[in-house]
Amino acid sequence: MTIRLVLDPIACDGHGLCAEVFPEGITLDDWGYPILREGDVPRQLEQHARRAASACPVLALRVRRVR
Amino acid sequence: MILASTQTMWFLTRSSGLVAMILLSASVALGVVTSVGWSNVRWPRFVTLGLHRNISLVAVVILALHIATTVLDGFAPIGWLDAVVPLRSPYRPIWLGLGAVAVDLLLAVTVTSLLRRHISHAVWRTVHWTAWAAWPAAVLHGLGTGSDTMNGWAQLVYVACTAVVLAACWWRIAVGWPARLKPRVAALVASVLIPLLVLFWAVSGPLHTGWARRAGTPTQTEQQTR
Amino acid sequence: MTTVSPRARAATGPHHPAAELPRLIASPPAPSLAAHLDRLGPLPRAGRRTGGTLIDATEAAGLRGRGGAGFPTATKLAAVVRAAGRRSLVGQRRPVVVANGLEGEPASIKDATLLSHAPHLVLDGIVAAALAVGASDAVLCVDRERAGVIAIVERALAERERSGTDPLPIGLAAAPSRYVSGEESALVHWLNGGEARPTTVAPRPFERGVAARPTLVDNVETLAHLALIARFGPAWWRTVGTAEAPGSLLLTITDGHRSRSVFEVPQGLELGGLLDRAGVTATGDVLIGGYFGTWLRRDEVAGLRLMPGDLARFGASLGCGAIAVLPSNVCPLEEVARVTSWLAGETAGQCGACAHGLPAIAGAVGALVDGDGAGRARADLARWIPMVGGRGACKMPDGALRFVSSALRVFEEHRELHRYGSCAWVGAHAVLPVPRHGGGWQ
Repeated sequence: MTIRLVLDPIACDGHGLCAEVFPEGITLDDWGYPILREGDVPRQLEQHARRAASACPVLALRVRRVR
Repeated sequence: MILASTQTMWFLTRSSGLVAMILLSASVALGVVTSVGWSNVRWPRFVTLGLHRNISLVAVVILALHIATTVLDGFAPIGWLDAVVPLRSPYRPIWLGLGAVAVDLLLAVTVTSLLRRHISHAVWRTVHWTAWAAWPAAVLHGLGTGSDTMNGWAQLVYVACTAVVLAACWWRIAVGWPARLKPRVAALVASVLIPLLVLFWAVSGPLHTGWARRAGTPTQTEQQTR
Repeated sequence: MTTVSPRARAATGPHHPAAELPRLIASPPAPSLAAHLDRLGPLPRAGRRTGGTLIDATEAAGLRGRGGAGFPTATKLAAVVRAAGRRSLVGQRRPVVVANGLEGEPASIKDATLLSHAPHLVLDGIVAAALAVGASDAVLCVDRERAGVIAIVERALAERERSGTDPLPIGLAAAPSRYVSGEESALVHWLNGGEARPTTVAPRPFERGVAARPTLVDNVETLAHLALIARFGPAWWRTVGTAEAPGSLLLTITDGHRSRSVFEVPQGLELGGLLDRAGVTATGDVLIGGYFGTWLRRDEVAGLRLMPGDLARFGASLGCGAIAVLPSNVCPLEEVARVTSWLAGETAGQCGACAHGLPAIAGAVGALVDGDGAGRARADLARWIPMVGGRGACKMPDGALRFVSSALRVFEEHRELHRYGSCAWVGAHAVLPVPRHGGGWQ
């Protein structure tokens, strides 16, 4: 089982905590909004991805299980 | 179960109450700073948020200790239910009751925060905002029931806690001024008026002699000397 | 000004549809119910063409949505039926049919024209779709600023109510006229009492839409075709068009300054020939697919057929069928800059990348018009276009970016003129329409 990060662009307010916690998978654009790296999260980075989703103050970033 | 009244329980309840007050104030301030969104190379935003969450959890644990030691210390007629149902206990009902109100609200905030991912964000946010009622309730509870209110160092703690929370509030109000002016001005006015009102009340109330009786301390409790 | 194609001819006699065009817009405006029934006969109710068999017929016909996305209509109908079949906690929920006549694309007037010339055909399509999916309610949504269209539709609905034509109530809703308000989730959100802005909350309307019921949202032209397929069958419908791109469709052609007209053409038509026969006199470059569309050089247009395969070579698609031809005496960059600015003002403002990115990109395009000597605007565009794409809740950023990047390709040479300040046409009268930002979202 691997996971993937999913962003709700309407809920996202550009707080940017996700990119701080998981810079390997998330970068911020010129206006402070997250750009997610495509594809599944590598096994060894899963913990960071989950922390990134937990750090989002508005729960715009969520973890989705991928078979 | 009422343990024999010992000094230990009494000291524990007073100290845990004050520590819970300090931690709660820090948590509120950090929560406000989280919404400011400030960050630094050495202090990213997730640190503020992480501290806010962790300190809140520790505050809840210390609060539980404060409640337990109060109830288990048989000196005052306070039972477990009085921690969540206000105005039940004959001991300084209003001021103890405010503590119960604070506990109720903080319980709701804690539970909804732990279940954040499973409830709607709007519900979580509404409950979280009641923390703004819980914190002043806790302060008034402390001033009204606290055995140390007359002590200088305890007063310093209250002032420091209030100052930290107010400073965070003013920072939040200042950032982005003058956008959304009406709520900003309203918050500013409230943040000045309410502490002043509490100060006036404190001076004529708990800091004035005879408060124990006026607050409703049951006579048997009052008569026992310490 | 709207004109129907000069080749418009009525079908040859009652109930015998000609194998030629036009089919949709053959009548003069505001036909009566009687005239409509005279020309096409009644909509079949019970029998061969209703229920599941209409979905089969639609599949056989190969009808695709005419709102811009081109989604296979039969698939959408079947999805709504499946969603309705699943029992929910409160029992089965009867579906709702929403006819989307909003047409927020300024370069397109084909839906307004269709509703004016064939309102009863659209309403027939709504009924046919409702019977096919088992819907108990339907609503036709039109732009609330189009008073003329609203009047004609109201009259048509009143006629049908008087004669008890329809087996279900069809409401008329006058919706906000913002660009993205016609997006499926935006429209459903508005019908549910919210603002006409797109949403990301799953599930999609076909599962839970209006009043939490399975909702079929279809463009009015799609529904009009459905009404024809219900009457005359898929084989007849396919006599026009090609095997891969069957049927007819409505195009709006803007001919420079001169005119904007609606034509009904067979799919697969060769674009160069179409422009000639439509009498287009403008000689400049061509925009295909409206403001979400793609720019093509005039020489690329010759021999290009209006079908997905050919258009895909240029990354283009017909979208809602709006085609604009620039005259040679305007500045194309200025046109692009003006439209891009307008698009930037039409975002719902919900998604950061689009709400911030589109205005920034519009500014950079404007800077290109001013010359962009240092190449700053060009560098910004190269950076921002890949940055903004695909990150919105709806297709607004992608559509706008396609418009801009295809413009940058086609008008590369023209841009050089601006670098040296020698474009003579800046300030000419605007060709591409940019309406005032149309009112609220509620």
